[in-house]
Amino acid sequence: MEDEPVKAVYALYADPDAAQRAVNGLRAAGVAERDITVMSAEPIEEHEFSQRDKATWMHAIAGVGGFIGLLVAIWLTTLTERAWPLVTGNMPIVAWWPNLIIMFELTMLGGILATVITLMITAKIPSRQPRLYDGEIADGKILVGVENPSEASVSAVERALLAGGGRLKTT
Amino acid sequence: MNEATARRINGDLLRPLLYTSWRFWALVVFLGAIVLTGLGAWLYQMYFGFGVSGVRWPIFWAFYVTNFVFWIGISHAGTLISAILRLVNARWRRPITRCAEVITVFALMIGAMFPIIHLGRPWLAFWLIPYPSERGIWPNFRSPLVWDFFAINTYLTGSILFLLLPMIPDFALVRDKTTGWRKTIYSALALRWQGTPKQWHRLESAMQIMAIAIIPVAVSVHTIVSFDFSMAPVPMWHSTMFGPYFVAGAIFSGIAALILAMALVRRFLHLEEYLHPVHFENLGKLLLMMSLLWTYFIFAERLTIWYGNESAEVAVFQVTQRGSFAPLYWTMVVCNFVVPFVILSIRKLRTIAGCVLASSTVLVGMWLERFLIIVPSLGHKYLPYSWGRYQPRPVEIMITVSTFAAMGLLYVLFSKLVPIISVWELKVGEHPFPATVVHQAEDVPLWKTNP
Repeated sequence: MEDEPVKAVYALYADPDAAQRAVNGLRAAGVAERDITVMSAEPIEEHEFSQRDKATWMHAIAGVGGFIGLLVAIWLTTLTERAWPLVTGNMPIVAWWPNLIIMFELTMLGGILATVITLMITAKIPSRQPRLYDGEIADGKILVGVENPSEASVSAVERALLAGGGRLKTT
Repeated sequence: MNEATARRINGDLLRPLLYTSWRFWALVVFLGAIVLTGLGAWLYQMYFGFGVSGVRWPIFWAFYVTNFVFWIGISHAGTLISAILRLVNARWRRPITRCAEVITVFALMIGAMFPIIHLGRPWLAFWLIPYPSERGIWPNFRSPLVWDFFAINTYLTGSILFLLLPMIPDFALVRDKTTGWRKTIYSALALRWQGTPKQWHRLESAMQIMAIAIIPVAVSVHTIVSFDFSMAPVPMWHSTMFGPYFVAGAIFSGIAALILAMALVRRFLHLEEYLHPVHFENLGKLLLMMSLLWTYFIFAERLTIWYGNESAEVAVFQVTQRGSFAPLYWTMVVCNFVVPFVILSIRKLRTIAGCVLASSTVLVGMWLERFLIIVPSLGHKYLPYSWGRYQPRPVEIMITVSTFAAMGLLYVLFSKLVPIISVWELKVGEHPFPATVVHQAEDVPLWKTNP
């Protein structure tokens, strides 16, 4: 990324165990949970540091999106059928059997779109603000660090990161 | 996963994006020429009118609608199979999912073109979109063609998103591994992806929800395509089993297309280390199962028609079994049942070459099946005065051939621009099994020592 570098102290680790030690070290040094940044090139489910921020309302929001899709389908079908009351195939003007198909499709579409929008907003992709990143993550390194640390805490953060066995970097 | 493995995977899977051989350009030119010829044939049809095609009374649906149903069926290869494998957490799915999802998107795009080609006047295609027109006629939601519009568009939207979301981390990887204009483009596509645990969790949650949503949508799409036929009182169409019969056929042809695409990708992109014989063997077993299911449906359908002995339906039955369509019908049976059954039920023959051979015949057989559903029934309706023959014309044949080339061209171009195997998902597959990790955690209690 070609952003202006974010002020940060971080280290790169070759394996998740070392990254976990660094995260634990930062906690022990008094760094708040929300200030600890971890990045990796693939999800690492087996370690505790990757379980942070796991709780999500995405399933419920997808359900709400589906419900909105259903309401739109009911509105669209019944409104249009009543607006032009054309008898087709001896079916009633508001024919629920065929309308169920439109309702099903728009319910699913609503759920899918709500899921994607929730992902984009909660995962902050895309983001306009410059963000911490290091190209070595692509080679399998795990980044653990602190963005915008206070001057007083920098040395403690550096010690914690080095204790984890990482290669220290500052930007 | 260690750094050396990560570098090796990156190198192998990004190689097709970063290095281009003359073979790639030769293939693009070859396929592009066929596609352009097909476009020329379509322009010819537009200029001289729909009469240049073989479509005329009483057979108003022929090659174009056959292609429509065939390609929508092929689209079941990807998203549906990928979604099922994701939900059951099949570990062997990882190198396959993207190969499959791409087929869905391109097959749907190609399939959705055919109603427009079939219109004859494609500039009026916007009439298909449900909107209140100036004549005050609102969309008729009681028409299966409007159901098609909603079903195909929902499936296409869902499939594109299902394909695109897991591509974001791979775009970030390509961004980090390239320079110059490539880096600029992939930086934009990567949407500033970082790979924080929060982003990974949200992405995986979203993929899980979409997998749950996309399976019923995929089933609905081909059921609704079958309704285009079964809602009409045409001999051998008006059947309650058409929905599941079409869905089974779609999954059947979809798996065949996936096997063929995987074999080509493996061969030409040198991905032998990632697409193993076991992947083909597993998909071969699925293909065998679908072949048997398809045979069951054909048997149930044919037996019911024969036993019912209704004169109009028996006329269609006879013309396909013994009449002018018999060579096509029995070719279909050989392609869809005999060849796959023999090859795929014998373990020694269930090799990559065997699976590719069986898949190739299945694709031919399934195209013939779509054709045999449409044309004999329309040519043999209830009263003999409405009987007729269909002879495909060069313009239809050329457009049909060009769609296969279009599929190949789109696939080749895609594999040049995006890693055809999901890199991050493959890396996850390199992690140790959870049982192993638990064992290691007992040996080295990391967070017990650092509270």
